[in-house]
Amino acid sequence: MIYREIFANGLWRQNTGLVVLLGLCPLLAVSNTVVNAIGLGLATTLTLVFSNLAVSLARPALRPEIRIPAYVIIIASVVTVLQMLMQAWFHDLYLVLGIFIPLIVTNCAIIGRAESFASRNRPLPSIVDGLATGLGFSLALVALGAFREVIGKGTLMSHASLMFGEWGKSLQLTVIPNHPGFLLALLPPGAFIGLGLLIAGRNWLDARLARNREAMQPESAPHET
Amino acid sequence: MKRMLRSAAALGLVALTGTALLTGVDYLTADRIAEQERRVVLEQLGQLVPQASDDSLLDDKITVMDEQFFPNGQQVSIWRSRDHGEPLAAILKFNAVNGYNGDITLLAGINADGSLRGVRVISHKETPGLGDAIEAEKSSWILGFSGKSLENPGRERWNVKREGGEFDQFTGATITPRAVVNAVRLALEYFELNHEALFEEPAETPGGSRR
Repeated sequence: MIYREIFANGLWRQNTGLVVLLGLCPLLAVSNTVVNAIGLGLATTLTLVFSNLAVSLARPALRPEIRIPAYVIIIASVVTVLQMLMQAWFHDLYLVLGIFIPLIVTNCAIIGRAESFASRNRPLPSIVDGLATGLGFSLALVALGAFREVIGKGTLMSHASLMFGEWGKSLQLTVIPNHPGFLLALLPPGAFIGLGLLIAGRNWLDARLARNREAMQPESAPHET
Repeated sequence: MKRMLRSAAALGLVALTGTALLTGVDYLTADRIAEQERRVVLEQLGQLVPQASDDSLLDDKITVMDEQFFPNGQQVSIWRSRDHGEPLAAILKFNAVNGYNGDITLLAGINADGSLRGVRVISHKETPGLGDAIEAEKSSWILGFSGKSLENPGRERWNVKREGGEFDQFTGATITPRAVVNAVRLALEYFELNHEALFEEPAETPGGSRR
C-alpha cells in the first residue's frame, strides 16, 4: 500500500532529522526540553501538511521556471499564518520558541518535500507525506529533547503549562530527584552529541533489523538447486 | 513569450492568494494578539506593583531615551502608578548591556521615594545553570533588590562583593550579576534626577504604535 510506504519513509527510512539531516538548525536549537520540542515539532508538521497540500493543488500551474519562487511564497504564507495563530492562542509558548517559528520557513525539509513529493503527487498523498515527514521530524526532536532534559535537568515535560495551560503543571515528571544539573546536555554541544547518539542508535537498529531479515530469508524462501 | 506571461500570471496568482490569506488571518487574530501582549506586560508589571491589575497602569506609559543612564540607544518604557493622582511608583523597563551574552532586559519598580519595590528579569541569554540564577524562578537572588535604594546600601556599595560591593555574585558567574547590579544602579540614578518630571509628562496614546 502506497500510504504505508509514505509513512515508512517519513518516520524511519528517510527520517528528516536522523537520515536526511535536513532542518538541523531548529532541531539542535529547540531540543533542550520536551515541551519546546513538541511545540516546534507540531508547528513544523502543520507547515509541512499545508505547504504540501498547497503545492500539490497549485501543481498544474507551476511550470518548472517559477516553481521555486512559488514554493517560497507558499511556505512563507503558511508559516506566517501559523505564527499569527500561535501568537493569538499559544502566546506563552510562542514567546519561548520565539525566532524559531518564523525560521521554519528556512527548514530545507519543507521545500524538499514540496519539490520531491508534492509537486508530483495528488493532494491526498501529499498531505499524508507532509504528515509522515513532520511526525518523523517531531519524533527525532522529542527524542533529543527528552534525552537532553533528563540528563541536563533531571525532569521531563517541565514548563508543560506553556502548552497545555494550568493542567500542564501536573504533567511534569521528576525523573532524577535532586539532580544537580548537567550543563553540557543543555548547551549546544549537548545537542550535537545527543543527535550523534540518536543517529548511531537508529543505524544500529536498522542494521540489526536488516540482519534479522536476512537470517529469516533462507527459511521462508529456500533456494532451488 | 506567451509562455513567459502565463508563468508570470501563475506566480502572481500564487502571491495574491498568499496575501489574501495573510490579510484574512491578520484581521481575525490582530485583536487577540494585542490582548495577549497586554496580558503578558500586565503580568510582568503585576509582579512589582500588585495594584496594577487594573488597566490604568498599563496605559499610563511614557518612553524615554538617555544615553548616560541607558546606553546603546535604548528606548526605555516607564509605567507610572498613582494613588488618587499622587505618584506612587514607576516601573522602568531597560537593558543591562554588559552581560555575558547580549542584553539582559530588566523591569525595576521604584517607589516615589527612590527605594526599589523589586527587580525582575524579563529576558536574557546568559548561560543556563550559571548566569540564569538571576531569574526569580531559579533563585532568590533578584529578590534581594527589594527595599534597596541609592542610600541603602550607599552608592559606592552598589556592586557585587568581588568589587567591594554589597551584592552576592554566583559561583562561576560574576559578569551577569555585576551587569544587573550596575544597570539597576543607573536606573535608580536616572530616577533620582528625573522623578518629578517623569510623573508630569503626559502619557502616550495607548496602543498608538500599532493599528
